Amino acid sequence: MIINHPLLGPRDSAEFVYLGDASLMERPDPETASAEDWHAYAYLRDNPAGPHRELWWHEGGDRSWLVVTRNTVTHEITKVEMARDVARKLGSKA
Amino acid sequence: MTQKNRLQGGQIDRATSWKFHFDGKQYEGHPGDTLASALLANNVRLMGRSFKYHRPRGPLTAGSEEPNAIVQLRGGARQEPNTRATTAELFNGLMAKSQNRFPSLAFDAMAINDRFSNFLTAGFYYKTFMWPAAFWEKIYEPIIRKAAGLGALSMKEDPDVYDKGFRHCDLLIIGAGPSGLMAALTAGRAGSDVILADEDFRMGGRLNAETFGVDNMTGADWAAQTVAELRTMPNVRLMPRTTVIGAFDHGIYGAVERVSDHIHTPDAGKPRQILWRIYAGKTILAAGSTERPIAFENNDRPGIMLAASLRAYANRWAATPAQRIAVFTNNDDGHRTAADLQAKGVKIAAVVDTRADAPRSDNFEVLQGAQVVDTKGRLGLTFAEVKLADGTMRTLECGALGVSGGWNPNVHLTCHQRGRPAWNEDLAAFGPGADLPPGMSVAGAANGDMSTHGALSSGIKAARAALGLKGKAPKAPEAEDTPVTQTPFWYVEGCSRAWLDQQNDVTVKDVKLSHQEGFRSVEHLKRYTTLGMATDQGKTSNMGGLAIMAELAGKSIPEVGTTIFRPPYTPTAIGTLAGRMRGQEFHPTRLTPSHFWAKERGAVFVEVGNWLRAQWFPLPQETHWRESVDREVSQTRASVGVCDCTTLGKIDVQGVDAATFLNKIYCNGFAKLAVGKVRYGLMLREDGIAMDDGTAARLAEDHFVVTTTTANAGRVYQHMEFVRQCLMPDLDVQLISTTEAWAQYAVAGPNSRALLQKIVDPDTDMSNEGFPFMACANITVCGGLRARLFRISFSGELAYEIAVPARYGDALMRRLMSEGEEFNVVPYGTEALGVMRIEKGHAAGNELNGTTTANNLGMGRMVSKAKDSIGSKLSERPGLNETDALKLVGVRPVNDSDKITAGGHMMNANGEMNAATDQGYVTSAAYSPSLGCMVGLAFVKDGSERMGERMRLTSPVTDLTVDVEVVSAHFVDPEGGRQRA
Repeated sequence: MIINHPLLGPRDSAEFVYLGDASLMERPDPETASAEDWHAYAYLRDNPAGPHRELWWHEGGDRSWLVVTRNTVTHEITKVEMARDVARKLGSKA
Repeated sequence: MTQKNRLQGGQIDRATSWKFHFDGKQYEGHPGDTLASALLANNVRLMGRSFKYHRPRGPLTAGSEEPNAIVQLRGGARQEPNTRATTAELFNGLMAKSQNRFPSLAFDAMAINDRFSNFLTAGFYYKTFMWPAAFWEKIYEPIIRKAAGLGALSMKEDPDVYDKGFRHCDLLIIGAGPSGLMAALTAGRAGSDVILADEDFRMGGRLNAETFGVDNMTGADWAAQTVAELRTMPNVRLMPRTTVIGAFDHGIYGAVERVSDHIHTPDAGKPRQILWRIYAGKTILAAGSTERPIAFENNDRPGIMLAASLRAYANRWAATPAQRIAVFTNNDDGHRTAADLQAKGVKIAAVVDTRADAPRSDNFEVLQGAQVVDTKGRLGLTFAEVKLADGTMRTLECGALGVSGGWNPNVHLTCHQRGRPAWNEDLAAFGPGADLPPGMSVAGAANGDMSTHGALSSGIKAARAALGLKGKAPKAPEAEDTPVTQTPFWYVEGCSRAWLDQQNDVTVKDVKLSHQEGFRSVEHLKRYTTLGMATDQGKTSNMGGLAIMAELAGKSIPEVGTTIFRPPYTPTAIGTLAGRMRGQEFHPTRLTPSHFWAKERGAVFVEVGNWLRAQWFPLPQETHWRESVDREVSQTRASVGVCDCTTLGKIDVQGVDAATFLNKIYCNGFAKLAVGKVRYGLMLREDGIAMDDGTAARLAEDHFVVTTTTANAGRVYQHMEFVRQCLMPDLDVQLISTTEAWAQYAVAGPNSRALLQKIVDPDTDMSNEGFPFMACANITVCGGLRARLFRISFSGELAYEIAVPARYGDALMRRLMSEGEEFNVVPYGTEALGVMRIEKGHAAGNELNGTTTANNLGMGRMVSKAKDSIGSKLSERPGLNETDALKLVGVRPVNDSDKITAGGHMMNANGEMNAATDQGYVTSAAYSPSLGCMVGLAFVKDGSERMGERMRLTSPVTDLTVDVEVVSAHFVDPEGGRQRA
């Protein structure tokens, strides 16, 4: 696969490490979250056949974390974002 | 007579004669020959035995779709089984052997299987070798493997080198037949970056095998001229002998280039094969088509071949399997074979055409509406039995029979991303479907454009469309443009032992049987009969099987559907996929700066991840590793030892928010750590399980150096970047891995301060007050060399770690050794390091094993409640904090001579010993020279409350049960006085 890095352009996916569902970025607010929230965050993932937002790390490159929207059926990649930008929009409470 | 069946003409170099051997017998051939063409020219039709019934077989085809002529090439370590004689290029001295026969090809004892064919039908293995289950592995499988074999491996290491390469292009063209050449010419003239790949050693595809012309020359000459023009274009790269084996995501193609298979041994420094990864903007699949056979009784005798392959042997290689041939066809293409061979002087017994209205010929007899119903000839065809239109029988004497059932487009690569082929009614064949891999288009016969002119035109069209070329399209060269329609004719009525898949010995009868037994889906048919599952992947057989299945089910072929194709297109050697990543090169080897110093000292090395670390440093008189390790431990504890700890992960953390960041990733607090101090830190995963431990040294208000374990360095760094970028994006903090930048050494033992004082520049106060336990500083050594000094101890002794820029590591080590002579300094390796940390009760990888928590490790109170950190919330889960939770303890044997085994389980002193009564397990064990017995670290239920308890340690694997005592994990200096001295 080829991942179109927002800063570096098209790169072979072999340069990246896959982590998983981008919902890992939505860490519960430690002040307010319930035990169920933590359980869901740590263990529950959707497994869609279709578009999936997921985290890739450019280990063999600039060490950016990216949020890649990839169709799990066709491997078509429709969007690649810098995870840091996404995290800022989420207003992370971490 | 040599080369009895060599004809006139052909694209071989008759001026040069090459000798080669097949089954020990010597033959002659010419440059340009394949092994199959040269054998045919020498009147050898029999080239192998079939997989299951050991039936005599010769080549069916003249290309990579070959199911039968599978041979073993070369010998010794280069012996290569299961190669196709039809694609193996001849070279002088080639040695080939037939396979799957005993004792010889002409007399094969296993051919007895053929007599028992009634028992060896579809599903034979499933039905027969059911019971007893224990027989499968020991009795049935070895017998079956021996009998139903392909070739044999040499069992020696492959002496050749395989490489990997990467190429990029605007347009990749797969196949250099008329459409591929025309596409390349169109794109090349337009200035695009083009790669043209073809599996053959001579580009041109069918043009090399036909007599009809292109423009005013022969097809072969036009192909050669076109290739010559393409070769002059700097933007076009020709890749002959290169098979594109797979179409992968996003325009990435895998291709195998056979660099040296056509010569005796690879030239010095050259690989045998290269696996190319080709990044293509657009791709044109111009893979041509494969002729399909007709099934009839005994259609597998040597000499029975596909008609166009027979023609290819005659036209391109000037070879024929026999001097008298017949043709069995359902279409006009079969007649071309008869005409071409007759023109070369081969006698035509007759053309048997299934069509009642088949065209007649002035030159040879055409039997209209006739069918071949059986054949004769034990080791090669002698007679064909023909049923004429009026029902009467006629026997044709012939040494070869060309069979043509029409042509199937080669759509394999269109399916590699789960695209489904689409039924083409005009051709009665599957063509490319609608969902092609992105960026791919299909041209020529692969797309159903079966005439030469059609193929040339579609090549132009496909290249222009792929590249978006504007302007007037160039005209395609003049060539035959015979309309092609194919009326299906799959098998002769009433046949049963008629072969569909010749490589896996699947007959019409097998397909009928599997239908009868209820296997109604194509996928089931395939797996039950093994149709199309041999190394040729059913290139010539799948369609016939599908057609029969459809007929039995009363459905049309498109209704029944087809199995799809997966990479690789043709068999690919494992060595090619591995490339250079084998043996020592399987992964990179990382060496520390003082590696060569350690080697000089005779160190024994151990792999830790990719690193090589000194395990111990044996002295000449030492015969057992334990002697060396015990000495290194004792000498370090008595005076001073030095250990290379460069491989520990080192991560620089800088920025205003560095302390805030560390507070998040470590479960214990770091915000208040003073500048110039080091603190032990434990990292948890978000689920509350311990991930890694290490130290963080605060060199400045906004600068920390974090260390990780050697094994986890990469993962911890990834985790820290995840927290930084994905969870705390607004912090002012930067990370960089500096593992390779610093060479770092542990200097441990009561004399470590005295030794270091000799090399540390005098402006650093090394006194216990000036540089106390857990201090750190940027200092200089050896007269101005910058260094980092940490007073931390893994061994429990007075100890330091000193880091210098990597390029000074070797020099520093040598300096420590020479300055340490007066203290009897000893270098120690990872074993002594491990012994000392077990003696001191420090957790390491064995204890941080991915299942243990801070609570288990006895560090539960370290998890700060005053702040949130990764894993802190879930570490509070009740399930992880029950009163009988495992706790880290020490164990020592009651009898000093007993052995403690890592992995052994802890059991109560009395009672049953089983999984239900299990009390925990030993994680680390070592002989302690300090205590004079073995000691271990163990996780024991509620272990911290069981000090002094006698238990049993059992290891059923090593059949050992010993009495042990639960003790503090701190075997040596439990008060920690030494490290603070």
